[in-house]
Amino acid sequence: MTLPATPPGATRAEYCVVACAEAWRGDGEVLASPMGTVPALGARLAKLTFAPGLLLTDGEALLMGDVPALGARPEVTEGWLPYRRHLTMVLGGRRHVMMGASQIDRFGNQNISCVGDWHRPARQLIGVRGAPANTLNHPVSYWIPKHARRVFVARVDMVSGVGYDRAAAAGPSATRFHELRRVVSNLGVFDFATPDRSMRLVSAHPGVTPRQIREATAFDLRVPDDPDVTRAPTPAELHLIRDVLDPTGLREREVPS
Amino acid sequence: MTDAMGAPGTPDTRDTAGTARRTDAQEKTDPLDKTMTPEEIVGRLESGMTLGIGGWGSRRKPMALVRALLRSPVTDLTVVAYGGPDVGLLAAAGKIRTLVTAFVTLDSIPLEPHFRAARERGGIDLVELDEAMFLQGLTAAAQRLPFLPVRAGPGSDVLRVNPGLRTVTSPYEDGEELVAVPALRLDAALVHLNRADHRGNGQYLGPDPYFDDLFCEAADAAYVSCERLVAPGEPARHAAPQTLLVSRHSVTGVTQTPKGAHFTSCAPDYGRDEPFQKAYATAAADPAAWAAFHRRFLSGDEEDYHLAVRAWHKEQR
Repeated sequence: MTLPATPPGATRAEYCVVACAEAWRGDGEVLASPMGTVPALGARLAKLTFAPGLLLTDGEALLMGDVPALGARPEVTEGWLPYRRHLTMVLGGRRHVMMGASQIDRFGNQNISCVGDWHRPARQLIGVRGAPANTLNHPVSYWIPKHARRVFVARVDMVSGVGYDRAAAAGPSATRFHELRRVVSNLGVFDFATPDRSMRLVSAHPGVTPRQIREATAFDLRVPDDPDVTRAPTPAELHLIRDVLDPTGLREREVPS
Repeated sequence: MTDAMGAPGTPDTRDTAGTARRTDAQEKTDPLDKTMTPEEIVGRLESGMTLGIGGWGSRRKPMALVRALLRSPVTDLTVVAYGGPDVGLLAAAGKIRTLVTAFVTLDSIPLEPHFRAARERGGIDLVELDEAMFLQGLTAAAQRLPFLPVRAGPGSDVLRVNPGLRTVTSPYEDGEELVAVPALRLDAALVHLNRADHRGNGQYLGPDPYFDDLFCEAADAAYVSCERLVAPGEPARHAAPQTLLVSRHSVTGVTQTPKGAHFTSCAPDYGRDEPFQKAYATAAADPAAWAAFHRRFLSGDEEDYHLAVRAWHKEQR
């Protein structure tokens, strides 16, 4: 089937910004921690519109009291969040992070540590960072700017962020606060609202076919026959994205049209 | 600046290496004087030690002390750090046997090329922990506890690659099973702060203390380098008392190393030297380029390093 093309004016990157923003809808006063350009725009957009309670850092130790453009310094500081308090906040659960993933599998296990055998990796990446604690303590979403079979894999090489199957196997203290909210890629939006908690397609971005998504995914993804189309940015959201939050168009570099 | 640059009475006379020397008066009157040179500090370290390094990623790393360590014969280290170029440089020099970390990054450049190369050739034993686990381990060490529990690890491969990690069951009615992170006790710690006095009271003036106080408290011997040594009492005169991060009871030695965090950030004294970090990362990704970089910047002493960096910046204009 063919889905309607991108409405004039809204680029794929702008659909992705809105899809990321939607991850934080209803979150209240929690720290939104976006990793990547499009998630950073999404979090700021959410805060300026339907999720005003979100807390955002300046990328270091300060909580911004305003919502500046990407790369601009905030003019208002509303709080202090050095790493020691950041880590305490993780363990206290008042946070929703959107992390990246070098690999992610069907149940949402994520890898940012290394590719290949951990003992002598073919490619060393950044390390597990806070992913093991994040996934066991507060809501986690993922952003994958290039949906491909080498990212959406059957099995990740080093489980950093914990998926639904592994959390269940690890027991009640692992599942107690475990929640993977959504996965956003340049092709669509996904969640785990299935009986076995495996990933399903929620909506495809305009112009993307379910077949295209299946072919770019190396595991058996649940795809409804007639998936929704990712919601379009409203004119007000487009204005905020283009004129307020990202006037230099950094989003188009992360998701080229 | 938030402090009094060149305040009168500052016991700050420098030798040619830019290192503060105690004044004669102090030497006679203060038995708590802990000033040393970077070389004296490194002289206290031994091969095989477990060494904690403060800062975070490419932020406020004690790089002058790391460079002094590079010039020393000390090797076979277990390094415990939220890793940045400190880890990269020590790994490139073959001085790390075991690394305890949650990540190694240059922040504005996500991957540290030397760390990457060392791992990909199997040149480092890695103890890969989650960031919060690492914090619990340091805290346990500072509190002389065998471990502290944390809700992190189960379900992830951190438990697979650290088969020695144990869990502990809550003795209360919840009965939760948590990971017991063993204390990350350190033989020595190196941290870099904005100001310190000669007794080892250290002050940070940037937005984030990182975990430098914990590193000092978790170590049998902690060494503080600072941008500027000032008179006791000076730090609290010009900034809020909570900037007094490191207390002298947890410090063995203190040294003045201006631009001693370079090329990492040391706010508000200076930001990260991004062009130089980029040059470092580019060179580090290629053995021949690295040899040239090493020859140019790291073959001399600390003063030579800063002169070479200054000359390099001039060329870039």
